[in-house]
Amino acid sequence: MFLRSVVLNRRPLSPTLSHEGRGRLGSAGIRSGGFMLRFFSWGSIRPALRLTLVLSGVLLASFTAQAKPDAGQLSALASDDNDRKIGALQQIAASAESDALPILEALQNDALYTVDAKRVLILHENGEATDALTGETLAALPDTAEGVMINNRVRNALTLTLAAIRLSSDNAGMRLAAIETLRNTPEPELLPLLERALLKETDARVKNRIEITRAMIQLQGEDKTVRLRAIRILGETSDPANKQLLEALPVSDAKSSAELRAAAQQAIRDINLRLARGEIMGEVFSGLSLGSILLLAALGLAVTYGLMGVINMAHGELIMIGAYATYVTQMLVRQYAPDWFDWYPLLALPASFLTAALVGILLERLVIRHLYGRPLETLLATWGISLMLIQAVRTIFGAQNVAVENPAWLSGGIEIYSNLILPYNRIAILVFAAFVLFAVVLLLTRSRMGLFVRAVTQNRPMARCMGVATARVDALTFGLGAGIAGLAGCALSQIGNVGPELGQGYIVDSFMVVVLGGVGQIAGTVYAALGLGVLSKFIEGYAGAVLAKIAILLMIIVFIQKRPQGIFALKGRFADA
Amino acid sequence: MNKSLVSRLSGQKGWMLLSGFALIALVIVPIFNLSIPEGHPLHLSTYWVSLFGKIMCYAIVALAMDLVWGYTGILSLGHGVFFALGGYAMGMYLMRAIDPDGLPAFMVFLDWQSLPWFWQGTEHFLYALLLIVLAPGLLAFVFGFFAFRSRIKGVYFSIITQAMTLAAMLLFFRNETGFGGNNGFTGFTSILGHSITAPGTRVTLFALTALALIGALLLGRYIVTSKLGRVLMAIRDAESRVMFSGYNPLPYKLFIWTLSAVICAIAGALFVPQVGIINPGEMSPANSIEIAIWVAVGGRGTLVGPLIGAGLISGVKSWFTVSFPEYWLYVLGLIFILVTLYLPRGVVGLAEHLQKRTKTEAKA
Repeated sequence: MFLRSVVLNRRPLSPTLSHEGRGRLGSAGIRSGGFMLRFFSWGSIRPALRLTLVLSGVLLASFTAQAKPDAGQLSALASDDNDRKIGALQQIAASAESDALPILEALQNDALYTVDAKRVLILHENGEATDALTGETLAALPDTAEGVMINNRVRNALTLTLAAIRLSSDNAGMRLAAIETLRNTPEPELLPLLERALLKETDARVKNRIEITRAMIQLQGEDKTVRLRAIRILGETSDPANKQLLEALPVSDAKSSAELRAAAQQAIRDINLRLARGEIMGEVFSGLSLGSILLLAALGLAVTYGLMGVINMAHGELIMIGAYATYVTQMLVRQYAPDWFDWYPLLALPASFLTAALVGILLERLVIRHLYGRPLETLLATWGISLMLIQAVRTIFGAQNVAVENPAWLSGGIEIYSNLILPYNRIAILVFAAFVLFAVVLLLTRSRMGLFVRAVTQNRPMARCMGVATARVDALTFGLGAGIAGLAGCALSQIGNVGPELGQGYIVDSFMVVVLGGVGQIAGTVYAALGLGVLSKFIEGYAGAVLAKIAILLMIIVFIQKRPQGIFALKGRFADA
Repeated sequence: MNKSLVSRLSGQKGWMLLSGFALIALVIVPIFNLSIPEGHPLHLSTYWVSLFGKIMCYAIVALAMDLVWGYTGILSLGHGVFFALGGYAMGMYLMRAIDPDGLPAFMVFLDWQSLPWFWQGTEHFLYALLLIVLAPGLLAFVFGFFAFRSRIKGVYFSIITQAMTLAAMLLFFRNETGFGGNNGFTGFTSILGHSITAPGTRVTLFALTALALIGALLLGRYIVTSKLGRVLMAIRDAESRVMFSGYNPLPYKLFIWTLSAVICAIAGALFVPQVGIINPGEMSPANSIEIAIWVAVGGRGTLVGPLIGAGLISGVKSWFTVSFPEYWLYVLGLIFILVTLYLPRGVVGLAEHLQKRTKTEAKA
């Protein structure tokens, strides 16, 4: 809302000058008359005449499609007077010539220089300079060159001018960015520009945006049928800003008929519906996303705790190790194969799995195997391990968070409604969690290794009698659980900070998921993770993150009152669980 | 049944040891701190008085933990909550003592106009004392009732208590909760009209802590040697058999759990004026699990063990965190692992083992 109002207060870009602009131009001209005299004395011309001059200049500019900004425009751009700069920008915008682009971009990047306010030079990154008018290249800037300074007002006008020019760019992404900029200032003066752009536009998304922008302008017009069509177009969007425009409509215009009013009401209802739908879908999505993260974090625990009965308090640290393995892979790929940087996750996945699995097997062989059957001792010993792992990572990588960059194909998102954008990295994690789940279930139920794991967990002495190497199976099972934790770390590194304390935040949550789901049940873990994720996101919407966490905790405690064995209890006759 | 000195603290030797400790804490330390002038080689500085006072608070907590873990087999990873709640209740009184008529500074900072309801009456010391016992006691009772009723035990219970302390920490971190957010309470000036930094106040607090420790020890001894103690140990060793014998474990567990929480809270209340600060960090899961390691190092199921463990670890910790701060976590982690692997009965168990061996060798 705030942003919107700021944007609307921007000075309009207009080939013809708006009334306000004229006033300011005049007063500024008088104020800085001393400067102006060198070129043209605005102060000496009567206001009416001045307007005519500007208008004719604009018309001339828009009909004579010059290849480049002419000398007059250039010197105006390079002048000390901001109003003249804006005037020149408006002329350039009206002609919308892409040849002006380098000059304007240079102006935006503070790379435009002037010599005695006559010659205009563009400074390149390599130190060379080009004459903006003649195209002549200079080896270096002359000593007398001065940078062209712009203030915020000019910068705003410049942004709009650049957008107007880029609207005819060949690059669809650039056109999209341009129309997004222009959409913030729906002034009638833009209309011809938009009509022209609409004729040429081939990209459906850009075309849609241009139509919406045009409708925003046409809404304020006089013609009833045009306005009705504009209302219909806006009613198909889901932007709260358009809703505001529609709401403001009946009040601002006394002439609008009942028909217009009804159409606007209908359009507002449509937008509201879409906004509400977007909000709910957004909450469900972020709940599922949180659930998939919980699932990834808890899946490893479901193997080590659920199947083996080992309380591994260092589980969170195995997640952390997976995230750091991703970080190291990313660094290596950037150093040795920067061209393949976008595909580093493909390398990071096995790397994080193997690193965490290796650490896990080491832990099992060195410590945990001596503590089987003593869960409380296991808990304390693994807590000690987690402390040491945290400190080890601090020693190696430092206590600060490290930066793991998203590859290009994971940044950005799908925009469904204006208030519902599904980020690609979240979607990727959802898919990835499903994939890992599928793989684990397949491994446990369909493979020989899974058969051994189930045999050992169900009846260890009998399995040993049948010739299963139980010690090896233990180590491998624990390694599998640890490796899954590593994969979770790899996924988490794509959406959050990676630091030594990364795992601490997940350990309580993942134990909650496993306990709630029922020990020894992968299916229970899945339902518990997704359910907890969606539920806590919904509560968060009402009460904030901390209270949501507390509420979830209380709910779990109450739930365990009813079903101490979790959602899916293993059937059996145990006197002692 | 083994009734040796180290595990039970009984018999003539035990009483003599206890009296010796009382003499040192209540007579010798005050004399050496207050009467012997500074600079004299026998002078005991207030820094050491406070440090030992702090460690004694930890020892009380360890003793409380031992009652539930060592004797009843309930491993709590959330005892830090009770400790901190006791500390917060005392802190509320101390905050009000700074300026009895105005609002505490952090509330002024948050632009609050009046005291929240749960701050009413905290300017009275006696009410604060009541709060120290009641608030954590009530939380422990309600939490314990629901947990024990549905027979949550073992690791399940440990993890749920850890979740409880995490949730409490998050709650207290919020400014809106009304306990000073992540800064907690600090900047205390006086307690019952006495300056909190004066050596006399410090020594008094120290002596009170020593008395509380002795009291807790005697109470613990009374409980574990009583019939109640027998049932508790039976629950620890075989809860199902206790049930089959016609006992309902719920009231026993609930009693010892709530008592342990209250003892913890008293330790917390004594801790805060000596250290001068209380913040939600005391509720972090890591702090609570450290209490468990004090008990494990000293020796579970013994009354003296937790005291030794708390003293040992806190002593090593205060030395390490000053001299080699980056290695402390390695040491602590290693202690966790080595004690669980090689010293299941702690230092006390080791001492008993050695004692027994020398005896048998002497016989032979």
